Amino acid sequence: MSTNRLLGSLVLLAAVICVACPAFSGPDLGRELKPEEIAAWDITVPPDGSGLPPGSGTAAEGGAVYFAKCADCHGVKGMEGPADRLVGGIGTLAAKKPLKTVGSYWPFATTLFDYIRRAMPYNAHRSLSNDEVYALSAYLLSLNGIIDPEARMDAKTLPQVKMPNRDGFVSYWP
Amino acid sequence: MTSRRRDQNEATAELPAPAADRGLLDRRAFLTGAVKVAGLVAAGTLSGELLATAQTAEPAAPETPPWMKTPGRPFRGYGQPAKYEEEVKRIIVQPYKDIAPGAGESMTPLHQLQGTITPNGLHYERHHSGVPDIDPARHELLIHGLVRRPLKFSVEALLRYPTVSRIYFLECSGNSFFNAAAEPPQKSCGAIHGLISCCEWTGIPLAILLDEAGLDPRGRWIVAEAGDAAAMNRSIPMEKCLDDAMIALYQNGERLRPEQGYPMRLLLPGWEGNMSIKWLRRLTVTESPVYSREETAKYTDPMPDGKARQFTFPMGVKSVITHPAAGITMKGKGFYEISGLAWSGSGRITRVEVSADGGRSWAEAALQAPILPLALARFRLPWNWDGSPVLLQSRAIDEKGNIQPTREKWASQYSAGNTYHYNAIQTWSISPEGEIRNVYQ
Repeated sequence: MSTNRLLGSLVLLAAVICVACPAFSGPDLGRELKPEEIAAWDITVPPDGSGLPPGSGTAAEGGAVYFAKCADCHGVKGMEGPADRLVGGIGTLAAKKPLKTVGSYWPFATTLFDYIRRAMPYNAHRSLSNDEVYALSAYLLSLNGIIDPEARMDAKTLPQVKMPNRDGFVSYWP
Repeated sequence: MTSRRRDQNEATAELPAPAADRGLLDRRAFLTGAVKVAGLVAAGTLSGELLATAQTAEPAAPETPPWMKTPGRPFRGYGQPAKYEEEVKRIIVQPYKDIAPGAGESMTPLHQLQGTITPNGLHYERHHSGVPDIDPARHELLIHGLVRRPLKFSVEALLRYPTVSRIYFLECSGNSFFNAAAEPPQKSCGAIHGLISCCEWTGIPLAILLDEAGLDPRGRWIVAEAGDAAAMNRSIPMEKCLDDAMIALYQNGERLRPEQGYPMRLLLPGWEGNMSIKWLRRLTVTESPVYSREETAKYTDPMPDGKARQFTFPMGVKSVITHPAAGITMKGKGFYEISGLAWSGSGRITRVEVSADGGRSWAEAALQAPILPLALARFRLPWNWDGSPVLLQSRAIDEKGNIQPTREKWASQYSAGNTYHYNAIQTWSISPEGEIRNVYQ
């Protein structure tokens, strides 16, 4: 067999192998991460409360933070806006004019911690301490009459709060 | 369906057959080239105005315009539209005004565009916390959770990966929500329906990166998180992630615009736009959905009984007439090309019908090839408006047999508070004076 024919056969063989390969294979250019590296990125709190950090807060402590950092947009009572209403509306979801708030609509209390830490206050994201986020969560749950005003929210108690609309959702997937 | 049969006009050679009432013509009338203006005029199907134009055959020699007498301006590095098109702009909606100017949307001016591809500068925007100015040298993508090897990718590394290019629409779950209001809003077509755009997206199939990380079989969902100040996150079923999800890096050939997620975004074809996380920074493989604020408090669809639909991912079959439509004024009776957009989150559009009498009679519109799945389709239908009041509608049908609902049927599924997944038939009312209004039918 001449060199040329040998080369041709090899090219053909390579082509056949490539066709048999998966349509894509990655070049593997990612860098493997250590668990401690991930922790700094992971801000997600699912309903079971895993991911909640140390710290705690009460409604009284949360009220002070609320008036300083939240009331301008959400109103003194949490009902006036102009930003989303946070308080009230429990029992109105089947009414002609349903009012969706944290109290009436949100199914999980843990989402309060997740969302406040993630995205609030609007003009100073990620500026609150964990204690402040727990305290704000307690304040809003208390304003909605869902927890006792004295209750202290932390990684253990927050996931145990049963929200009024916990069973209000119907999954359309799959 | 009450479409008229074409053979009604067989006796009159070379005439476009009426396809439905109020002057709707057969969709093939102007495609075959068989129609002659003279024939139309003789049969009285075109207005005298058009006839006058056709007969002015030999105008006086025009004065030489200035742009034919001197050289034009030299080159520029990045092109801009003609200055005469300055009014073609996105329609900006800022519900929180000064307290959160970056929260809201800007809408594609559908009634000022043609074809199916949205120019990058006119792609709709929906931001929860403004447009971040992300330095690609400092942006990274994490894949972790239920994987064999948690991985971190630089933008530079991802730009070396194998890519695919696909044309897909992207529609905000809240598109057309203005029409959920009790009274029809008098806004332009784009200001009502412009939270939809369509681009050629180039990116990395997500399955490639997941394969490198090594999926744990317990992983049923992936939580995608944004790297902007809102850090928005959504849970996505693994089936979608392994099917057609991509990490988009390019949009209509150029790198993503900042408002579309630069340096990278997730793209989930056909699914509500909110899930195609922009400024993507993290993918966490999980057993269950994370039930984030954006998939509980928002982007859930309340029903009349007080319960809400959750995880309603694909966008419904839908169409809207963009020409003529609110935002355009009619220029007298005579010939018009009705044209619009149709799409479905469940696959290809197979048929679009047009009515000029509020849904009593329908004519099948021509669909511009190629008709791609999960992309915008352009439909057209010739129309001879006799100047009487009309109610223009379009109705789309997709390859799964889904039919675009009437507004009444759409509304019956939801509570009055729902503003998501609006896909009802749009009605444009046209008065003899040529005014176009948004009406409910």
